[in-house]
Amino acid sequence: MKRVLVGLLLGCCLGVVLGASVQAEEPKIGGVVNAVIQPEPPGLMLAMIQNGPTQMVSGNIFEGLLRYSPKLQALPGLAESWTVSDDAKIYTFKLKPGVTWHDGKPFTSADVLFSIEMLKKTHARARNNLLQVEKVEAPDDLTVVFTLKQPFGPFLGIFEVGSMPIVPKHLYDGTDWNTNPYNNAPVGTGPFMFKEWQKGSFIHLVKNPKYHEKGKPYLDEIYWQIIPDAAARSVAFETGKVDVLPGGSVENFDVPRLTKLPGTCVTGAGWEFFSPLSWLWLNNRSGPTANKKVRQAIMYAIDRNFAKDVIWNGLGKVATGPSVSSIKFYTSDVPKYDYDPAKAKALLKEAGYSGEKIRLLPLAYGETWQRWGEAVKQNLQDVGMNIETIATDVPGGNQKIGDWDYDIAFTYLYQYGDPALGVGRNYVSSAIAKGQIFNNVEGYSNPEIDQLFADGAVATPDSRRKEIYEKAQKILVEEVPVAWLLELQFPTITRCKVKDLITTAIGVNDGFRDAWIDK
Amino acid sequence: MLSFIAQRIGKGVVVLVAIIVMNFFLIRLAPGDPAMVMAGEAGASDKVFVAQLREKFGLDRPLPEQLFVYVKGVLALDLGFSFRQQAPVSRLILERLPATLLLTLSAFVISLALGLLFGVLAARFAGGWIDTAITVFALIFYATPLFWIALMAILLFSVALDWLPSFGYETVGANYTGFRHVLDVAAHLIMPATTIGLFFMATYARMTRASMLEVKRLDFVKTARAKGLSDGVIQRRHVLRNALLPVVTLAGLHAGTLIGGAVLTETVFAWPGIGRLMYEALLQRDYNLLLGVFVVCSAMVLIFNLLTDLVYRLVDPRIEHAS
Repeated sequence: MKRVLVGLLLGCCLGVVLGASVQAEEPKIGGVVNAVIQPEPPGLMLAMIQNGPTQMVSGNIFEGLLRYSPKLQALPGLAESWTVSDDAKIYTFKLKPGVTWHDGKPFTSADVLFSIEMLKKTHARARNNLLQVEKVEAPDDLTVVFTLKQPFGPFLGIFEVGSMPIVPKHLYDGTDWNTNPYNNAPVGTGPFMFKEWQKGSFIHLVKNPKYHEKGKPYLDEIYWQIIPDAAARSVAFETGKVDVLPGGSVENFDVPRLTKLPGTCVTGAGWEFFSPLSWLWLNNRSGPTANKKVRQAIMYAIDRNFAKDVIWNGLGKVATGPSVSSIKFYTSDVPKYDYDPAKAKALLKEAGYSGEKIRLLPLAYGETWQRWGEAVKQNLQDVGMNIETIATDVPGGNQKIGDWDYDIAFTYLYQYGDPALGVGRNYVSSAIAKGQIFNNVEGYSNPEIDQLFADGAVATPDSRRKEIYEKAQKILVEEVPVAWLLELQFPTITRCKVKDLITTAIGVNDGFRDAWIDK
Repeated sequence: MLSFIAQRIGKGVVVLVAIIVMNFFLIRLAPGDPAMVMAGEAGASDKVFVAQLREKFGLDRPLPEQLFVYVKGVLALDLGFSFRQQAPVSRLILERLPATLLLTLSAFVISLALGLLFGVLAARFAGGWIDTAITVFALIFYATPLFWIALMAILLFSVALDWLPSFGYETVGANYTGFRHVLDVAAHLIMPATTIGLFFMATYARMTRASMLEVKRLDFVKTARAKGLSDGVIQRRHVLRNALLPVVTLAGLHAGTLIGGAVLTETVFAWPGIGRLMYEALLQRDYNLLLGVFVVCSAMVLIFNLLTDLVYRLVDPRIEHAS
């Protein structure tokens, strides 16, 4: 017998609860929001470019089959309901009827099928997520059926707009995707339509009057202003020229000053799905960091509370291990590494470390990361490590990390709500591949961990998955393949008159469909 | 004259091709390529995906073949396609050209006008307080980093006084037309153009002053004075005209770089120019776009060098005579 998860009911209930919580006040219709986008997106075709700014703008234009609540429960998107078979291998999505593309053409299951085929060729993460899919079928215009090769626990978590954007088949099928003119004037089903892009200045979106969620969006227009200098972005907010500074738009040291301005609100919400976690890659293959004791010493040597309180202005949390506390199956029941330079020195002595040079690669993402690099260098030097900082830009850093040409390197990665999607890739042996980044670049290899992550992805029910992932976390924290730093929080700063900007787990990346201005 | 121009154009084409070849290899020496950048942004990467991207960008071909294809394209006036921005390179550059030319030409005019004025005044009153004041003023703007002047100008004129807009080319969303639009763009232009203008003004002022003082000591000026010509006529017709040659040289070199924009100033004031486009292309290892900007900039330098040589002939007939 088919086990039916009543997605519709769940979605509706959650929608109502979410709606009730975010719509205590009656939204007012109309108005323009000016938001900062940084850096300027190279393009707006989300299926082909997946950088942060592209998703932030295009999350208003395109949509995914599902959305996610801050608790990471699936909500209806372009799919209004879904069911899962008893063997957890067949997922049937019912699409919302009456949805149209911005050019007026109807949205159907054929668009979903086409998008999946396209994404397999253009979207590295979607491609990985879809590896478990045996086939996708569309029995009618409003039904899509995914058949998996085996049960895959996080499958319902791969359908947000950035992970699997749905694109218009009628505009892309049979064309050269790279040179398709709609790449720079995208057509989606989302709450806002593309109007104009003055390169280097702004991107202008206007309300989709035929949007499928009745009454939404409330805003008339959005201007994404392109201001490349961080100090100039702060001034733009200070002088009232922009209303929204999405997370990471200004340097951390400017955040306290800006949030004290009258009529200014700040929130750390909207990152629950991405759950950014920062850590230091430690080269497990060669050099001093190949020794577990040296890696443990690094964990004790770094004052992570200082980094949180001073460099990140109190934002975020000290990480306890490979999982962020907001994602599924997290446990804090793991070995602890409090700041303890004496213990670090003792471990280095035990390891036989005798001052060999260690190369530290900071992250070239601006002043905050540069300062953090200096703080970590100082921490490590204080316990007697011989650290040499290697300066590089982002592509250069990626190349060095991909080529395993480093000893310690800063990074931060998203976890996408589930350890099978965003955690395992950094620790399992099968993810060791030279020339690639964001996989197991530290070179950690442990058959037990490989087995646990392999089992965890396909195990049922969730209680079993929890058991597996908790065990994996304990082993990893003991082994310290990388040195976990902070669960990051990027504050979104807004004028308080802009209401309900962030209502789901992907925050401003989910489009401004719920946002309104209290005039 | 015509054979001189033809000869210079011929040499220019050779230099341009040499520049392309050098830049082509130079930018590939930097670690990382566009495929790596894009895979990085996707938050996941696997061998097949990166290989697909490299194939798409033509990066899997041997370097000489890539170079041949590129040079062939440039000689047919095709600067290639930016896979990163999914648009032809020439379009991307042309989109930014008006803003860049407006900013850099305004800055050029400001710097040249003020530089000549201050240089002449300083030379005329050499050793006096006007000379000292101008020299100190020029040195301050020459020695202070541009981005610092820019940020201080924003703090003063945008934040404290609220007289001028702090960023952009125009007021976004205002949709001004006609004269209102001109005024709006002018208001946005004042700070960035003056910031760059004051920096170059300093060099022109110092150059003009030094050159005029040198020419003043020459015999023909004494002769003019002995002939009983007025001081104003001597300064204008004899001293300034002869003192202009080094200034023209400097202005020619400066003019050639105008098209490259001003990366720092454009960044601080969010001016949508070519300087920023070039910087972003570099960070994203957008090879075709970066090379495209280099080609256009190099061509402009060559053209302005030629023009400078022609202006020399007008300013100093001896050059025409000698050639």
